[in-house]
Amino acid sequence: MKNAYGLLVYFPYDYIYPEQYSYMLELKRTLDAKGHGVLEMPSGTGKTISLLSLIVAYQRVSMAPGAEVSSLRFGKEVDGKCFSLTASYVRAQRQRDSSAPSCRFFEEFDAHGRQVPIPYGVYNLDDLKGYGRQKGWCPYFLARYSILHANIVVYSYHYLLDPKIADLVSKELAKKSVVVFDEAHNIDNVCIDSMGVNITRKTLDRCQGNVATLQATIQKIKETDAQKLKEEYRRLVEGLREANVARETDVYLANPVLPDEVLREAVPGTIRTAEHFVGFMKRFLEYLKSRLRVHHMVQESPPSFVKDIFEKVCIERKPLRFCAERLRSLLRTLEIVEIADFSPITLIANFATLVSTYSKGFTIIIEPFDDRTPTIANPILHFSCMDASIAIKPVFERFQSVIITSGTLSPLDIYPKILDFRPVTMATFTMTLARTCLCPMIVGRGNDQVTISSKFETREDIAVIRNYGNLLLEMSAIVPDGIVAFFTSYQYMENIVASWYEQGILENIQRNKLIFIETQDGAETSMALEKYQEACENGRGAILLSVARGKVSEGIDFVHHYGRAVIMFGVPYVYTQSRILKARLEYLRDQFQIRENDFLTFDAMRHAAQCMGRAIRGKTDYGLMVFADKRFARADKRGKLPRWIQEHITDANLNLTLDEAVQVAKYFLRQMAQPFCKEDQLGLSLLTFEQLQSEETLRKVHQIAHQL
Amino acid sequence: MATSSEEVLLVVKKVRQKKQDGALYLMAERIAWAPDGKDRFTISHMYADIKCQKISPEGKAKIQLQLVMHAGDTTNFHFSNESTAVKERDAVKDLLQQLLPKFKRKANKELEEKNRMLQEDPVLFQLYKDLVVSQVISAEEFWANRLSMNAVDNSVAHNKQDVGISAAFLADVRPQTDGCNGLRYNLTSDIIESIFRTYPAVKLKYAENVPHNMTEKEFWTRFFQSHYFHRDRLNTGSKDLFAECAKMDEKGLKTMVSQGVKNPLLDLTSLEDKSLDEGYGVSSAPSTSNSKSLKESSNAAIIKRFNHHSAMVLAAGLRKHEAQNDHYSETSSTDGNSRDSDFFQPPIKKVKLQESIEYEDLEKNNSIKTIALSLKKSDRYYHGPTPIQSQQYATSHDIINSFHSIRQEMEPYVPKLTQVLSNAAASSTITALSPGGALMQGGTQQVLPKDTKMVPNDVQSELKHLYVAVGELLRHFWSCFPVNTPFLEEKVGEISIHLARFPALRLYVLSFQLTSHIEEMLQTAYNKFHMWQSRHMLKRT
Repeated sequence: MKNAYGLLVYFPYDYIYPEQYSYMLELKRTLDAKGHGVLEMPSGTGKTISLLSLIVAYQRVSMAPGAEVSSLRFGKEVDGKCFSLTASYVRAQRQRDSSAPSCRFFEEFDAHGRQVPIPYGVYNLDDLKGYGRQKGWCPYFLARYSILHANIVVYSYHYLLDPKIADLVSKELAKKSVVVFDEAHNIDNVCIDSMGVNITRKTLDRCQGNVATLQATIQKIKETDAQKLKEEYRRLVEGLREANVARETDVYLANPVLPDEVLREAVPGTIRTAEHFVGFMKRFLEYLKSRLRVHHMVQESPPSFVKDIFEKVCIERKPLRFCAERLRSLLRTLEIVEIADFSPITLIANFATLVSTYSKGFTIIIEPFDDRTPTIANPILHFSCMDASIAIKPVFERFQSVIITSGTLSPLDIYPKILDFRPVTMATFTMTLARTCLCPMIVGRGNDQVTISSKFETREDIAVIRNYGNLLLEMSAIVPDGIVAFFTSYQYMENIVASWYEQGILENIQRNKLIFIETQDGAETSMALEKYQEACENGRGAILLSVARGKVSEGIDFVHHYGRAVIMFGVPYVYTQSRILKARLEYLRDQFQIRENDFLTFDAMRHAAQCMGRAIRGKTDYGLMVFADKRFARADKRGKLPRWIQEHITDANLNLTLDEAVQVAKYFLRQMAQPFCKEDQLGLSLLTFEQLQSEETLRKVHQIAHQL
Repeated sequence: MATSSEEVLLVVKKVRQKKQDGALYLMAERIAWAPDGKDRFTISHMYADIKCQKISPEGKAKIQLQLVMHAGDTTNFHFSNESTAVKERDAVKDLLQQLLPKFKRKANKELEEKNRMLQEDPVLFQLYKDLVVSQVISAEEFWANRLSMNAVDNSVAHNKQDVGISAAFLADVRPQTDGCNGLRYNLTSDIIESIFRTYPAVKLKYAENVPHNMTEKEFWTRFFQSHYFHRDRLNTGSKDLFAECAKMDEKGLKTMVSQGVKNPLLDLTSLEDKSLDEGYGVSSAPSTSNSKSLKESSNAAIIKRFNHHSAMVLAAGLRKHEAQNDHYSETSSTDGNSRDSDFFQPPIKKVKLQESIEYEDLEKNNSIKTIALSLKKSDRYYHGPTPIQSQQYATSHDIINSFHSIRQEMEPYVPKLTQVLSNAAASSTITALSPGGALMQGGTQQVLPKDTKMVPNDVQSELKHLYVAVGELLRHFWSCFPVNTPFLEEKVGEISIHLARFPALRLYVLSFQLTSHIEEMLQTAYNKFHMWQSRHMLKRT
């Protein structure tokens, strides 16, 4: 139990790290100011537990007590099958005709589930499934329903950022809710991802099929139930007023695909009748097809694209904007249950709405073929978002406090820029350590004094590859248990592994440790990972070769002996030749005054820091961090590392040769091997409740946070 | 010089040992060396003691042969006859090569094992003396169920730790050029063992082809020539002997992958946080595997191979271990308490989650790690041991009779409530009558006289031995029941004779008083035997 500025916080442990306390203070300050915050706290120092404790405590002041946490992850559980059983019109039909199929679980839930609150507690999806099974309720609807009542909901970014899903899941969250993006170092990419659309020839072909089906269905309904279509027409005249009212009264999270103007107006007459709309879609489809028949790359802005549409097929901007809503209404009216089959046409309609709504922040790139296979025609239209702030804007606007936090957010000031918001607090925390348990070093030269670097000109140089190999070999001889090595890209890793094999380096490494390598196949990599851990566990020791930006670097922690050393071979720059990236860099330069190089370096360094942070998962943990590229020593690279790593890179360790690095590592490992107990930490990097009361400690705690 | 009974197979003169000239004799059962001018062997090794022989590499100035003993020590012989040294050495080597395997097989493992057991276990040794040496039972009978019993014990307790396989064992087979455009690989039995353990597919091939289709040498030559050994396994031609192995390996890797991972936190396929539908999002470059260049896919093959190799090496080290674990889990599932443990064991996902969210150093005090109580038979734990009562076998008729008599006695009983026992007396009686009390101690525990001073030490130890011996005999006896095979029938008869002989042979030496309990035990056995015999006769007639 701790006291943070007069707020009683229940902390679930008897001891607390000073940085956790400091973190809570900053967090509370942000919440008090009812503003947004950016907080960087070293990985493995209990960031999330501090977050949750403080927020639970904070809520108790303003909200009803009783903590209830759900962690959610819907896959495609809500697929067409489920939809076909639970859609409102199917159920209505069932009331007339009881032989129609139905979902027992949903019916049961609908009948009873809503009246009975689920007991207080912490539920993850498995628990909810279990609870649902026990009660005979549909776990999916149970989860969606309980989100509205839970005090804390833990779920994927997509449920908040992806407009298509956010509408279903997060629409009704209270305005006063605190939104925390944990592990948010990649949030801009998630935002951009959620707004992008890709259209291939295959999509269009399938879409064609959808249109045909729609046409046939309309024809059929016209003969049997013309009243229904008339009813729809009337509804469309009235427009989407309901949604507008909800948004104005601030009940719902805004949906970027459903722009404000659309809500205020009636659906334009040209697409109001069903047949007209299908005809409209047909024309639009034909237009897209013609655009995909290109032989060279085309890049254009949304306004010019819309203008071109008008010139070629006489479709105006306004009906395009209503496309997505209109299609939704039509599918509902036609009582189509196989929603999944209509995903291509939904995609096209969404694209139409997006392209006509946003004139800025997006770009359209049509590529006739993949760069690597110029002989195979595979035209693809990328509609890609370049402005991460578009998707996240509704979140910042709707919610009072949004916290962005992660172990690696440096440099902090770039996030407010690219996400376009004004934080009230920006702070980075150092790690208080009773012993220096991380040892970052930059290896810039081989023993032969050849500069080692993964930069494009030298990366295939045999001397560089050999030096990289020798580095791994030497480390494998002195580091106990597990070593994780990251490469800049998958292709680079393949090449290096092949030449290491030819040079016999891998064989020598195998004398020390087993080698496991990440592949592009998820299941195969999982197996390799498990075997890797097994080998670390039974004392044989292993090396995992992996890729920065890969699945392993993002999701897997290498605690304690699973990762005693991390080696980063080269600076993990993103593949810069992609046109989408180029467009984005240009946009960032023009709109946010972020230089291309700065952004690329920032992006590379955050991934490097992510990889490095994998090894340190707590204060009792320890690990070597080997940056194997001369370029890491430059101030512009080094300065972008998180503070808690940066402050441990001594000047002596900036440009080591292989041998020197081995010496430093040996010394470090010998020191770390000494017994380390709680008493060593107490008072320095671990505080009791009593210690937390003293003035002196509080003064020290205040030094941990560095405001920006 | 040699004893007449021994046949000398080969004599080599001018062999130096420890800088002393001498002659080397290879005989039927041993190898021996005598220095010049002396008529006795200073060195003599039985072939059975020799583990292996080693020779100095070609081109070395000294032509030597080294013998490595099982015990670990070595003996070097230096062939110093300049002109024929190599020839002589090779002759010795070849002869030894033929002789050593014979003796290896001859070395009777079982006998060694028995010997070792007797040496390690003095009680057993005493028992052996009492029963076998005094010819109460035969040696075979004595060992019959001992050995198998101990084999199980040994594999768990005494077995030394299994040595794993070096991951680089293939790298250790460094080829040497022989000067004329050829490569020489040096294979030792260890490396072959490693290859077999890591690649069962190769072992299978070996078993199929050697020696019917090709010689061992030919097999390994083809192995090293194959694309299988060379890691760019793309061009495995159909005529390649090992093409099939590559396929089997691939299959093995696939099954390994399809088995999935036990730890859900490592399962990357489920970690993927992708809720975007097809067509949305920034397109990641489509991985068109068919458009890959040959070089790239060969690189990928190398990566796959390394993963597979490491996994196999790891598995080879763990295989035995796992088999044991399986065994344990099997037995535990037959226990009464296994069901409970299943019930209490949280699913692995929960455990892993819990592990990953806990901060050990923030906890109050790292509580003492408790060891889970694992019970073979839970009911035993709940009820406690019950003393085995030594008693006469009572037939149901006896029981009914005694029941009636007690009833008759009790009939006139009228409780006199004023004349009851005092508090203290009553409670002491109850104590005496409860399990463990003075009146409830029957048989086994209380046999040896409490006051050991009354009996001299040697009598005591003698008595102890007797107990063990009788116990062993009785174990044989009781293990025969139920008698359901003719063999057991015979054995029961035999043992009953032994039992009958036993008192006459050994027991009457000691005073009757000391051995009353032993006799009691014997009596029980006789009773059982007679009862069985009479019933048996009855059945036959």
